[in-house]
Amino acid sequence: MITKKIYLYFPKSETEKPIVYQLVKEFDLIVNIFRAKVTPEEEGYLSLEVTGTQENIDRAFAFLGGFDVTIHAGNKAVHWDQDRCAHCGACVVHCPTQSLSFIDPTTRTIAYCEDTCIECLACIAACPFGACSSAF
Amino acid sequence: MIKTYAEINKKIESGKAVVLTAEEVIDYVDKRGLEAAAKEVDVVTTATFGPMCSSGCFLNFGHSTPKMRISEAWINDVQAYCGVAAVDVYLGATQLRQNDPANMYHPGEFRYGGGHVIEDLVAGKKVQLFGLSYGTDDYPRREIRTLFDINDLNQAIMTNPRNCYQNYNVAVNTSDKRIYTYLGILKARMRNMTYCSAGQLSPLLNDPLYETIGVGTSIWLAGARGIVYAQGTQHCSQVERGDNGVPAEGAGTLALSGNMKEMLPEFVRGTSFKGYGVSLALGVGIPIPILNPEILRRTTVRDRDIMACVIDYSHDYPQKTGKVLARYNYEQLRSGEVELNGKKVPVTSLSSYHKALKICGLLKAEIEEGRFLLSEPSQRLPLNQGMQSLNIRGPVR
Repeated sequence: MITKKIYLYFPKSETEKPIVYQLVKEFDLIVNIFRAKVTPEEEGYLSLEVTGTQENIDRAFAFLGGFDVTIHAGNKAVHWDQDRCAHCGACVVHCPTQSLSFIDPTTRTIAYCEDTCIECLACIAACPFGACSSAF
Repeated sequence: MIKTYAEINKKIESGKAVVLTAEEVIDYVDKRGLEAAAKEVDVVTTATFGPMCSSGCFLNFGHSTPKMRISEAWINDVQAYCGVAAVDVYLGATQLRQNDPANMYHPGEFRYGGGHVIEDLVAGKKVQLFGLSYGTDDYPRREIRTLFDINDLNQAIMTNPRNCYQNYNVAVNTSDKRIYTYLGILKARMRNMTYCSAGQLSPLLNDPLYETIGVGTSIWLAGARGIVYAQGTQHCSQVERGDNGVPAEGAGTLALSGNMKEMLPEFVRGTSFKGYGVSLALGVGIPIPILNPEILRRTTVRDRDIMACVIDYSHDYPQKTGKVLARYNYEQLRSGEVELNGKKVPVTSLSSYHKALKICGLLKAEIEEGRFLLSEPSQRLPLNQGMQSLNIRGPVR
């Protein structure tokens, strides 16, 4: 069993289709949705984690490829820009999962751990430097 | 043992100066003893990197054909002040972008403003000038719209009336709802606390009585060779101080200037404070010449020797009551948690110790390589100066 993080972009033509249901039913994937959003223009974004056998995940990705859906595999829809980060630490108290934390107490350097991030987006509001951003 | 600026500069020029950062000097003096260390050490480098409102820049565009006396100007839709001269403007760091909804939908995001324009200029990005004029006989052009970058300007001089606050408030929120301040987002019922100082690295905390930092001091301003051109606005040196002379509140400030064309983008960053507005985060490094053992002793100040006052930003700060909820030293604050009224409160900083440390190192390297000479101030900063309040006086009915 492996786990993959992906986020998907659905254009208007695909937002009516029960794609997640198919991922569960046809490919036996365990789905953990972090965030979903349908914009006023009726495009959709979905950020999720899928767990299953390599074979099923490959088949699921091929299935997704049959739709007009953009797959961003291997990363979350939250991005931390290391160069924009000033390492002030203002985010630390706002991050409920300690995904943003000081990794070096001497140089007071911040690091972002994508694995534990739940995409609550609190960091985006808390960071004055705009180091954190969301794909949607 | 007394050294002069000239003697220290001679050593710097010959590449023999002994330079330590404000962090390194602490252990060094511990090991070597004050007298011996004062003989050996020539310069201690201090620094700070944090949001500094009261920053901005003078820009000179040069003349178009036909000429124009610009009376209103916007750079990337951020308005600049034009009441200076025909093609001179002043762009302030906290100016919002035209039509920013501000806090109309509270809390506003303030994604772009004066500080961000300054960042874009230093980064060499193309920005847009839009200007209007009423037209005169000698300056007939009435409208201009053009792209430019910092290299197209004759001068881009950063001129900041107030930077490098000696010390600063620690903010907390005792109210029942979340508040949005220039010290960040403060959760309700004291669920977090924020401060903004480089502590033991900070320039004026290493020279608390302004013995070496004064008007005319050469500084490292975001990588450029800058200068302290005046006392900073709100310079208020007559405050509560510890036995070491270190103030426990705001106290002294510096007015700084430097050539933006020489600045490094890493140390000039526009900032957006949700629900508050925009500002500019800036890196400043200031060398302290070790003229005598007393000056050296003051640079060995540690986070634990520097106190700061906790102020309630939901009531006491806006209402100016003067109430202090508690006092902590920076070692306690930097630990990430303090206890207030029997409750554990997480603490974070808006000032970056990481960047300040980096600047201390960069300035140290420049001095060691003989590329940065010290300058003796021509005027000292006032020591016993208070601060006025603005009293509201209306017409007598």
